[in-house]
Amino acid sequence: MITNERHSDTEPTSASSSVGPKAGGWTGAAARWLERRLPIGKLLPTRQPYYIGSWVYVFGVVTIAALAWVIASGVILAFFGPQWWHESATGRFFNSLHFWSIQLFFIFMVLHLWGQYWAAGWRDGRAPTWMIGVVIFLISIITAFTGYISQQNLDAQWIAVNAKDAINATGAGAFFNPLNFGQMYGLHVMLLPIAVTLLVVLHVIQVRLRGVVAPIGATDADLVDGGTVETSP
Amino acid sequence: MRRRSPGPDPARFRTVRYDLLKELAVAMGVITVLVFGLATILSSPDVKPDTIQRWAQEDPVDFVTTATNELAGASLSAQYGPPYNNGTASIQTWWVLHPQEWLGVHQPVDSVNQFVLDPLQKASASDPALGTALTTFTAASSDKQTAWLAAYTTALGTATTDGTTLTVPAADDGPVPALMSSELVVARSGGLDGLLLSSAGTFYQTDYTAPLLFMGDGGHLSGLAMDQHLLGNQWGVMNETGRYPGQAWLWLFQMWYQIPPYNTSTNVDLLVVLTMGVLSLALILVPFIPGLRDIPRWIPIHRLIWRRFYAEQKARAR
Repeated sequence: MITNERHSDTEPTSASSSVGPKAGGWTGAAARWLERRLPIGKLLPTRQPYYIGSWVYVFGVVTIAALAWVIASGVILAFFGPQWWHESATGRFFNSLHFWSIQLFFIFMVLHLWGQYWAAGWRDGRAPTWMIGVVIFLISIITAFTGYISQQNLDAQWIAVNAKDAINATGAGAFFNPLNFGQMYGLHVMLLPIAVTLLVVLHVIQVRLRGVVAPIGATDADLVDGGTVETSP
Repeated sequence: MRRRSPGPDPARFRTVRYDLLKELAVAMGVITVLVFGLATILSSPDVKPDTIQRWAQEDPVDFVTTATNELAGASLSAQYGPPYNNGTASIQTWWVLHPQEWLGVHQPVDSVNQFVLDPLQKASASDPALGTALTTFTAASSDKQTAWLAAYTTALGTATTDGTTLTVPAADDGPVPALMSSELVVARSGGLDGLLLSSAGTFYQTDYTAPLLFMGDGGHLSGLAMDQHLLGNQWGVMNETGRYPGQAWLWLFQMWYQIPPYNTSTNVDLLVVLTMGVLSLALILVPFIPGLRDIPRWIPIHRLIWRRFYAEQKARAR
């Protein structure tokens, strides 16, 4: 909000340098909340508990890397339009990038999901992290489904014709019509990827804020109070 | 409810250097090599879509049989029910749940007019004989129309084709042969693809509900799908055209369609979706479901995940 108050050269410009705990109005309060809830040391840590040295932690980050290629190739395909990749060798190549990055995205996401299940990754206040992760998985399935229908080839035709019965049986066919290419394409290139991306960002923030869950059965006897540092070779 | 005491704070364990962004960069590099390698070597599937024109050219008997069914209002889409019309052939219910009926008709489809009579009406502008046949058919009583269509359908059972001409034995079928002959001509020219797509009366169009429902009523599209292993009993949801992987992550969804009581139920789709809905909800709520959340503690796969930690823990205990 802009007010008519005169600007002073000595007026603090950031919440952290504001005078008093309530300075800065709504903006100051929001800045203080963010500083308190999202400290940069937790978002971008340079040290982690030693037990993260396990292959299971690789799956999450490679899932994100695959998602980056899904989005990048998808943006190119969307820019040139749904016909392009059927007519152009370059378009076909970008479709191939999109196709295989999606396959890898799902493979690694499922491995990440199983890894976190067997690690009981929801422990110690991390249930929301798990729940958001599963929601990402479910929305990704719908996103992929709308993508397969948007291919404009035989596979797309058959999936649409075949899938309509399951969708109609639930009543959802009243507002979600797999035979309507325009609706499916719009959902696939816009709303659903935005939802997946935002939820992935939220998921990563949740992981960073809570830290990586301790091994099952870890006790205070496993701690080194004061965080004794082990130097990596 | 007994609550477990919270585990130790991760920040109080011994720490090691950790470069988050470097790890992401390495992952990006590995995935980039994998994606480009797979795309370059294996490309991606793209089998051309079926068309009504191709259907009419390659299988005229099936096409005309389907079109006759549409005109008789006897096809699956003509009798489907919500969201397309007020039929009952594809309505699924379970217990007190009738969601398909509750939501009602939202994508109205009139098979008789949209798929047959309206396209023929347009074609009759340059075909007076077709115009006369249309007038004769629409002016006849409903009983007479039904009798003509039944006679023609029976005759179609022994129809022959040499690839270009469809020969249907003579029967007491009134103007129906003339109507279906014209429908076939329009379809073979490619005109019916366009007419069905624009049947909603709008210039810009991205909704393929009408042509896909019409094609779904016939056997040509499903025949092509079967050749590509895409049918339900071929676990088709998980397949793609060619030898490419499909939506393999839907294996559980597809599995229910193969086993009783699902595969013997007339409400199979609704039952499968409800089952998957319950299972999906359970997956989301795993942290709160006793038993399900305890399995990782009972089956010690976590000992493989944190092998080094447990080895050190064991050494400390000695």
